[in-house]
Amino acid sequence: MSSVTATGTEMRSYYGRPVIKEPTWTWEIPTYFFTGGLAGASSVLSTSARLAGNEKLARTALYLGAAADLVSPALLISDLGRPERFHHMLRVVKATSPMNVGSWVLLVSGGASGTAALLELAGRLKPVKVLAGAVATLAGPALATYTGVLVADTAVPAWHEARRELPWIFAASAAASAGAAASVFVHPREAGPARRLAVAGVLAEGALMQAMELRLGKLGEVYRQGGAARFSWAAKGLGAAGAALLARRGRKSRAAAVLGGTLVCAGELCLRWTVFKAGFQSARDPKYVIESQRQRVERGGTKATTKPDTT
Amino acid sequence: MSVLEQTSVHPDGWESYGDEQQERVGFFTDTSVCIGCKACEVACKEWNLIPADGGAWTGESYDHTSHLGANTWRHVAFVEQEKPLVGLLEAPAAKPPAPGDKTALPSAAPGGNGGTALRWLMESDVCKHCTHAACLDVCPTGALFRTEFGTVVVQQDICNGCGYCVPACPFGVLDKRHLAPAPDLPAFAKEDGRVWKCTLCYDRLKGGHEPACAKACPTKSIQFGPLDELRERADARLEKLSAEGWNGAQLYGRDPEDGVGGFGAFFLLLDDPEVYGLPPDPVVTTRDLPQMWTNMLAAAGALLVGVAAAFVGGRS
Repeated sequence: MSSVTATGTEMRSYYGRPVIKEPTWTWEIPTYFFTGGLAGASSVLSTSARLAGNEKLARTALYLGAAADLVSPALLISDLGRPERFHHMLRVVKATSPMNVGSWVLLVSGGASGTAALLELAGRLKPVKVLAGAVATLAGPALATYTGVLVADTAVPAWHEARRELPWIFAASAAASAGAAASVFVHPREAGPARRLAVAGVLAEGALMQAMELRLGKLGEVYRQGGAARFSWAAKGLGAAGAALLARRGRKSRAAAVLGGTLVCAGELCLRWTVFKAGFQSARDPKYVIESQRQRVERGGTKATTKPDTT
Repeated sequence: MSVLEQTSVHPDGWESYGDEQQERVGFFTDTSVCIGCKACEVACKEWNLIPADGGAWTGESYDHTSHLGANTWRHVAFVEQEKPLVGLLEAPAAKPPAPGDKTALPSAAPGGNGGTALRWLMESDVCKHCTHAACLDVCPTGALFRTEFGTVVVQQDICNGCGYCVPACPFGVLDKRHLAPAPDLPAFAKEDGRVWKCTLCYDRLKGGHEPACAKACPTKSIQFGPLDELRERADARLEKLSAEGWNGAQLYGRDPEDGVGGFGAFFLLLDDPEVYGLPPDPVVTTRDLPQMWTNMLAAAGALLVGVAAAFVGGRS
């Protein structure tokens, strides 16, 4: 069973060409990861604020969530190769396809938060509004986190190997986005919980990203290379600056709150781009696909190849 | 989540056909007899009406299509190596084979060519029609389906070009079709936007014919038939090549216990898979999906609690 062809530890490939295909997704997808997270977490923020008696924050978060819920499907449909067939997503219910599950979650979440927002504007049918708000609150966290599963459920090394952390990173990023967006539009007096959420989200997401890169070992380097690195630095810089501004001056100064909230939102968008770009980079370079699999083979063998019985 | 169980060696969904279920068929591509003529590439294009692509001078031996994709469903890989096809690998050519060394067959040193032994590997690559197919699992529209023959096919009237199957495939088989703008050809005036791949000539199978590539192959490098029979044939072939001392001979995707449950189209290679651009240990990504869903629910719950916690304590 000894490998007759292995010459040293140098990786071999077919003219350095990729083994797997890069995704075909374009800018709409990372943007949607941001808007979907914003929508999902805003629905939860709105309901929490209402329960805490903070009507101003509740209403603003509801509108922000509904707006993000409205933009999200538009982004997704625009990325399709055949946009006019978008409704084919809903012709089946399929637990093995995170994209199919996500389409249903987005439909429920968007429908519910849209209904709640319209009824809030109109000031009518309060029971229906409360019910719709409750549905959006339950669907929201799923909407904010399923995208982590969506990218992890591929053969892309930087995504699949990060499957443990990605939903948590996306959850933290969504919390930060929702808190920051609300801080922009709500008077600092009423925006305390939103600011705390934004700061906590930024901190949690930074720690989780760091932990993920460490756990990934050598593969973690794709998150620190090329386009991913540029977005990563931008995400860290914008997030830290925005969070610091919100924490230190956000309570007193409206201008600081607006600026801080905007910076954090921009940082969260960059974070989604970091993950997006890292995936492409790890798919493009065959070493990330081959080396980890080859190591697996050397460690425990593989059933993918059957070598002649030399005994 | 029984659909996610990976224990069965039967293709997911195949048995749901009941009376219409057919014997599972596939390809055994024996690269040891491939001559790199690309008749398979051409026959595939002609039968399936695939638009032109490739044709570039890559400088990578005789390869000019480089990889499988939306417009290349058979791809012939060419690898040039400085090692003999049969016999001693690292032997200094000047040294005569030791007596009794069974790896040094008479054909091992063709003409005793003094260390310049060259072998030219060719392999006709194709969609593997996996037993557990990631593309099929992740397809959100149901456009990808399991046929009654156990193969995996894209329904072109359903596919909306979401592209999820493209990075899900551990072999990089599928891709979205892009066409050069051709205003004078109305059929190709618009971007296609859908995902395409080998159908194992589903239409020909329905008509009782073998796929176009297998039909066109002049050396029987591409063999079509019932999968069980092909596996037996492949085992016998591997045994023969091994007895003759061929270097690196190995079957790829033959074992139903591998990461994708065995390939419907498997190979006999003469070197490790990665040398041909194939993954050495492919795994169907959805194998980990149950844990991923559980993990996601935990993260979603944490988000719910975390947001609520922002309202507890603290100054407003």
